Amino acid sequence: MLTCAASIFGIVLLIATELVLRSQMSWHKFGLSFFYKFNIDPDTHLPVFWDPVGGTFYALPFLYGTLVTSLVALVIAVPLAIGVAIFLTEMCPKFLRGPLAFTTELLAAIPSVVYGLWAIFVLVPLLREQVNPLLVSVFSFPPLVKAFGWTGLVGANGIFGGDNYGLGFLAAGVILAVMILPIISSLTREVMNAVPNSQREAVLALGATRWEMIRMGVLRNARIGIVGSVILGLGRALGETMAVAMVIGGRPEISKSLLSLGNSMASVVANEFSEASDDLYLSALIEIGLALFIVTIIVNALARVLVWAVTRGTPARVQ
Amino acid sequence: MVTTRKKPNRVRSAMRTAADHLATGLAILATILVIAPLVAIFIYLVYKGTSSLNLAFFTQVPKPVGEAGGGMANAIGGSAVLLGIASLLGVPIGIGGGIYLAEFGRGTRLANAIRFTADVLNGVPSIVMGIAIYSLIVVPQHHFSAFSGGVALGVMMIPTVTRTTEEMLLMVPHSVREAALGLGVPNWRSVMSITLKTASPGVITGCMLAFARVAGETAPLIFTAFGNQFWSASLNQPIAALPLQIYVYAISPYDEWHRLAWAGALVLIVLIVFAVSLVRYVASRGILKGAS
Repeated sequence: MLTCAASIFGIVLLIATELVLRSQMSWHKFGLSFFYKFNIDPDTHLPVFWDPVGGTFYALPFLYGTLVTSLVALVIAVPLAIGVAIFLTEMCPKFLRGPLAFTTELLAAIPSVVYGLWAIFVLVPLLREQVNPLLVSVFSFPPLVKAFGWTGLVGANGIFGGDNYGLGFLAAGVILAVMILPIISSLTREVMNAVPNSQREAVLALGATRWEMIRMGVLRNARIGIVGSVILGLGRALGETMAVAMVIGGRPEISKSLLSLGNSMASVVANEFSEASDDLYLSALIEIGLALFIVTIIVNALARVLVWAVTRGTPARVQ
Repeated sequence: MVTTRKKPNRVRSAMRTAADHLATGLAILATILVIAPLVAIFIYLVYKGTSSLNLAFFTQVPKPVGEAGGGMANAIGGSAVLLGIASLLGVPIGIGGGIYLAEFGRGTRLANAIRFTADVLNGVPSIVMGIAIYSLIVVPQHHFSAFSGGVALGVMMIPTVTRTTEEMLLMVPHSVREAALGLGVPNWRSVMSITLKTASPGVITGCMLAFARVAGETAPLIFTAFGNQFWSASLNQPIAALPLQIYVYAISPYDEWHRLAWAGALVLIVLIVFAVSLVRYVASRGILKGAS
């Protein structure tokens, strides 16, 4: 039994050693500059990050893609997830609670590739035809450009400028948001449930409305756990592979516009690993995997510690 | 200081009520916005899936590009082979680990460390697991194989099965253990034939949950099982898998393949929804009426 349990340490060690060993070549060639450098194309004067044919492998655009898509996902998912958790723990009539909680759990169980399928055929056309043109026109509204043009976020070169493919950072971010929502909301629910009822009663006894009770009695006590669940959602978003690989567009470029095509760390590995022709290419992809491994380990460990700090003492709960 | 006091109580109370209503409205709106995509995905999936699901889907292998018809029989069979290998590896080790955490190592530092590592491992992207198994098995063997795909999925099952087994075992009332020990049964015997047996419906459904999760995994299979357009029963050869086939078909430019991808997704979802519902049903009964 102990051997079985200890195998979990073994798995972590195994992943770490394999990834470190296989990424040696890229590490020796590029060192730390793998994560921040790039070459300049002598003809076009554009930066070149990732050129398997020319033997240039710098991971900067993938770090950028992973960060941007995860941020978009968090911006969309966090308010919604907390709203759902509040509704389910504090407001929801009893007969609705079970089915709604079950439905959000089902969202968590849908495989990534099915989300990707739906995103390709439903979400991307929707974004391309309806949402993106609307965002573009709002963000290039003249008074807005005049007032906030200095931020560089609005106008034709802003975060909603450039070509509209439907695919890209925004599509990846939206599908990631749908995928991490149930994780954040079910953990937030768990930490809110862990707040003792005496806290709620105390605030209500002082004459608070229900919202004031939630704000002062529940959210304030659960905030560390909520931060933990958000970080856990972030960890999931950083490592999410298939759905992102299917809609992000697969271009190793850095662009300010959320509508442009890009690539993320996980999706570049998924898309290019089986066609990596030479050892350096493969080793560079494995180094990206190693970076992803280290980052997700840190993010998940942090999240677990925060959630644990709030829910310890309450009984274990199944999924 | 006086100014705030002067504000009529009625206005302030109206504002507080308004804030309360606003918050309630926003929470309800958020819930609707979350449920909407699920309903949308589900309805669209059922609509697209049922219209292209037929007997041929379960009995035929893919036709060449351009020909209508064909199915995913080889992918369904391949998934079964992969999941079989995964279960052989993941279920015994996972259950063993869960028993250790809940029974033998409860409260020890080592058990806490293992539990923590299992939770963290659950969050490691599946693609990373795929790379690790690729370099552990595929590179030395010089070819993709069903075996490596099964191992990748099995390794991913271990932390999930460990944690659910532990949680299920912890739900077994102490009185059951005490009764066994009180009769003079050795501890290991009490764990194996009393506690584990009492929790077995829960443990089995926990395994099904892990099974359903890895059944939908695509990323670790891309460069281990690799996929195959034909029947293959050899563990040493590349093998097709349902999620992998859905992925390949979804990003292909052919309508016929898109149709098959939707049908495959529907099959996958039905399997997963079934497993999740079962887990929830067992968990909601509390522990396991027959024994207590």
